[in-house]
Amino acid sequence: MNIHEYQAKQLFEKYGIPCPKGHATDSKEEFESCIDRLGDGLIVVKSQIHAGGRGKGTFTDGFQGGVKLAKSKEEALDFANRMLNNTLVTIQTGPAGREVQTVYFTEGADIDKEYYLAILMDRATSAPVVVASTEGGVEIEKVAEETPEKIFKAFVDPTIGLQPHQARNVAFKLGFEGKQAGECAKLIFNLYKMFWDKDADMVEVNPMISTPEGGVMALDAKVSFDSNALYRHKDIMAYRDLNEEDPKEIEASKYDLNYIALDGNIACLVNGAGLAMATMDIINHCGGEAANFLDVGGGATAEQVTAAFKIILSDPKVEGILVNIFGGIMQCDVIAQGVIEAAKAVELDKPLVVRLEGTNVNEGKKLLADSGIEITSADSLADAAQKIVDIVAKN
Amino acid sequence: MSVLVNKDTRVVFTGITGKSGGFHAKQCMEYGTQVVAGVTPGKGGQLFEGSVPVFNTVTDSVEQAGANTACVFVPPPFAADSILECLDAGIELIIAITEGIPVNDMAKVKKKLLQTNARLIGPNCPGVITPGECKIGIMPGYIHKPGTVGIVSRSGTLTYEAVWQVTSLGYGQSTCIGIGGDPINGTNHTDAIKLFNEDPDTEAIVMIGEIGGDAEENACAYIKEHVKKPVAGFIAGTTAPPGRRMGHAGAIVSGGSGTAEAKIAAMEAAGVVVAKTPSDMGTALLEAWGK
Repeated sequence: MNIHEYQAKQLFEKYGIPCPKGHATDSKEEFESCIDRLGDGLIVVKSQIHAGGRGKGTFTDGFQGGVKLAKSKEEALDFANRMLNNTLVTIQTGPAGREVQTVYFTEGADIDKEYYLAILMDRATSAPVVVASTEGGVEIEKVAEETPEKIFKAFVDPTIGLQPHQARNVAFKLGFEGKQAGECAKLIFNLYKMFWDKDADMVEVNPMISTPEGGVMALDAKVSFDSNALYRHKDIMAYRDLNEEDPKEIEASKYDLNYIALDGNIACLVNGAGLAMATMDIINHCGGEAANFLDVGGGATAEQVTAAFKIILSDPKVEGILVNIFGGIMQCDVIAQGVIEAAKAVELDKPLVVRLEGTNVNEGKKLLADSGIEITSADSLADAAQKIVDIVAKN
Repeated sequence: MSVLVNKDTRVVFTGITGKSGGFHAKQCMEYGTQVVAGVTPGKGGQLFEGSVPVFNTVTDSVEQAGANTACVFVPPPFAADSILECLDAGIELIIAITEGIPVNDMAKVKKKLLQTNARLIGPNCPGVITPGECKIGIMPGYIHKPGTVGIVSRSGTLTYEAVWQVTSLGYGQSTCIGIGGDPINGTNHTDAIKLFNEDPDTEAIVMIGEIGGDAEENACAYIKEHVKKPVAGFIAGTTAPPGRRMGHAGAIVSGGSGTAEAKIAAMEAAGVVVAKTPSDMGTALLEAWGK
């Protein structure tokens, strides 16, 4: 689960991670008071959406930049007014962009030098890793490719956590000296504490900056959390912003369905994540494009299958549906019953190809054949994919 | 012959009195698996299905029922603790089916696991089956057939798809290992392929991977160096959008790494015959095998 920058900064504050003072609001009426509570000097006005690349983004009305530096209160107000409820398109949002519903005002910081700092779970070592670089404010993937020697890592033993000397080592490698190295180490140490305490997936501070006064602070903050651990973090759950999620994905999550909206026109309903991905792949191989990823899980009920049908049909792009079930523990006749009930409940008017395999497959196929619903049945995954692609192309 | 589990394997189910734990324990017993014990704290002394003793602790199941393998079915908030309990009790093989264990919990488990000689399969996996001898997990037993093909996969139903294709072509499996879809797992592709490579009764290998991480690439490096047996493979997620988790916690392309293209290229470089579509896994195996 992702959260907004201003929410991440609230967490940073709780963990003693220095960042520029700031206030966020979703209401125009509060813009002034947000700005008035900041100190004198430059004001940074930041659009709050989950996608990255905000600074270089463009609003759909032509306004440039989702992050702006204002020299006066009036200018800050003007920027904020143009951002709020406007749609920002960045390299990560896709062409549709994302509506800005919250604006975050922060004090401008004096920057001596910019750095990169992140903490994430390293899959290869099964341990958290602190990643830091002297090249801040740019994409870390680019640094890794061009100047890997400028990236420093500290692997953490998850049973004892990040040790102070590890944080100090990173600070010294970044070139910090004296008291300022201590400030940097403290920031890294506290950031790890937050990462671990809150079951974060990843925390990224890009840039972390040093200031001429000898301070070190987090200028930006990008934090995401392990969805499997949210049950033990009610405070983090409260940060969920439904405006940032696809309405179909929100609906799917209510029924414990794994749904991801995609750009194609062939909807698919599959049991199992790997098979669901493979189904998208084979649709593509046959010359079509999947409208979604949908894993109904291993033990889906008729109710879940019905909900799944409603969700995939609420996508106006959908021109055909492929159901691919490998009945293991889940029996094909139960699934067939679910498909029939769902098709009747939603008054299905799109072509439907069903491929069933596994337990009770013959009973399942018979139920479908006798249901009176127009269903094209398929014998294999390849056959099913080719059939739905051909039908949709013909229509 | 087989790897990991066989007719002599003595299994304890943790979470046996739960709905899904109980259902699958029964299915495994019907397949012929020796389910010798169950564990549910506070329910020690009961009998499961009228014959399997339920204990309060895993240690009791080891000492009193001779369990040497555990199948973990407890809900995600308690699953890591259950795995650690199995480790403390000296269980040699732990198969964790549970989906949704927090990754931080698994990082701690993995650290502890590496200090022991025990093997963990999973979590978030369908389990392990040696057809005709022993089934530990949630896979449908009847699609399998005893034989000489070793199958390893991160996905459940996609494995069934592969097994079914192999069985339908007339070939059986030595053992099928579901290593699970989580970012941190106990056994990876390389470990499983090593087991198959060293098993005299496994003649050919099917390796099924998906986007995310670099476990498949590492396994390919091992295959290139050490494996003379024919290997066929498939990678799911060629069309998955970057930055999104595709159902499995570990199935994500991030920062340009973990792509299907890179994995397929690594497979081809290692001499693995890669199935073009998930419908071709069986025929890719025959091609690699020269059958």
